[in-house]
Amino acid sequence: MSKQSMQRISHDPGSDITTQKHVIRRTVAKILIPFIQLFGLYVIAHGELGPGGGFQGGVILGASVIVYILVFGLDEGRKRVTEKTSDLLVSSGALIYGGIGILCLLAGGNYLQYNVLLPDPKLASHLGILGVEIGIGITVAAVMITLFCETVRRDDDD
Amino acid sequence: MIDIAIPLFLVACGIAVILMKDLLSSIMVFTVYSLVMAIEWVRLNAVDVAITEAAVGAGITTVLFLVVLSRTRSEESSGSKSNWPALAVTMAVTGVLIYGTFDMPRLMDPANAPNVHLVPYFLDYTYKDTGVINVVTAILASYRGYDTLGEVVVVSTAGLCTVLLLRQAGKDRGKGAEPRA
Amino acid sequence: MIEIILTKYNYWIYIVLMMTGFYAVMAKENLIKKVIGLNIFQTAVFLFYISLSKVDGGTAPILINGPVVYDNPLPQVLILTAIVVSVSVTAVALAIILLIYKAYGTIEEDQILEMNKHND
Repeated sequence: MSKQSMQRISHDPGSDITTQKHVIRRTVAKILIPFIQLFGLYVIAHGELGPGGGFQGGVILGASVIVYILVFGLDEGRKRVTEKTSDLLVSSGALIYGGIGILCLLAGGNYLQYNVLLPDPKLASHLGILGVEIGIGITVAAVMITLFCETVRRDDDD
Repeated sequence: MIDIAIPLFLVACGIAVILMKDLLSSIMVFTVYSLVMAIEWVRLNAVDVAITEAAVGAGITTVLFLVVLSRTRSEESSGSKSNWPALAVTMAVTGVLIYGTFDMPRLMDPANAPNVHLVPYFLDYTYKDTGVINVVTAILASYRGYDTLGEVVVVSTAGLCTVLLLRQAGKDRGKGAEPRA
Repeated sequence: MIEIILTKYNYWIYIVLMMTGFYAVMAKENLIKKVIGLNIFQTAVFLFYISLSKVDGGTAPILINGPVVYDNPLPQVLILTAIVVSVSVTAVALAIILLIYKAYGTIEEDQILEMNKHND
């Protein structure tokens, strides 16, 4: 970190809630962000019963972390979702998708043929689709966070 | 009545985005365009597409545009002269496309070619094959699962490209890199 | 003549929207305006496709009990993937615009071409 941002942190007016700046923003964000994440998980899980699915829920989950970064700052946000974490999550979603396909291969069917995974073909198909949607959601959420964090301005920017 | 009002409003938004000089206003009009497009998807009964367009178009794209606008700090677009070759090409392509629409089928006809080939099979057998009642999700994740695998790879490639382009530049900033020229 | 207009006006409105985005990509000099024009073009193409999928008296393609006419779900699947691709293209284009700004100091196309001419 540069010298200017070190000075800015040391002059922070303490952790007392009444002297911090932007009390309204922080309080509202603290209340809303868990509900946004819950709604994102709901959209992913109910993709098969109504509108929704992996991609839509992943965007909502990514948006919740973007709101956190906007309200609390990039450094705070990067402490919660480190560079290593988001890089790993980007690729692990695609790996989960491909992995379910290979699991179907090992269970005796074609690639991504879900109904050979369990004795009951309908339940196996349900679980296969749910697993695939979770993989898509993880990748898309991590990619949205990565896109935002890489393009946003840092404190010591030009 | 509303079926013709919404597309006309979209055309008005599109023309307004082009004619505006202030970039921040253009981005805001683009957000309104995206939101009204999501309403149009609901009018056309494409609910999955509507929620995707609302989340992605009016959400992520607007945020990315605003972030890039704040970093490039270019508030006004320069006074652009009319570009006659571009206008001529646009008019020519419009003429060709309108000539092409004379062969298009009537809208909303159940006997259209897109509606009779595979779709009755999907609508009848989706619940028996997969147990899922959202036909769009069943086609996306089960019948056409390979295409969705490609889509996930495209999204992760976009994240990868952004990291490759911008991360090293962000870390080099403190070392005094200057713009060339 | 009137009946041709009455049956095809939907397509013509979508074509006008497409050409608006197309003109913005070609004629505007600010790079961010070009990317906005590209987005307008893409969403107009999606509108064109999904308007082909609507059926008279149809409802959303989520199965419910009873004899109901459903809309065509196939174009919606294609367009979902296309929206994902469009946001990926926008993100990479904006990252490249940031690098161009860092290298040239401006994002107006004519100034960038001027600077390139002096450099060569």
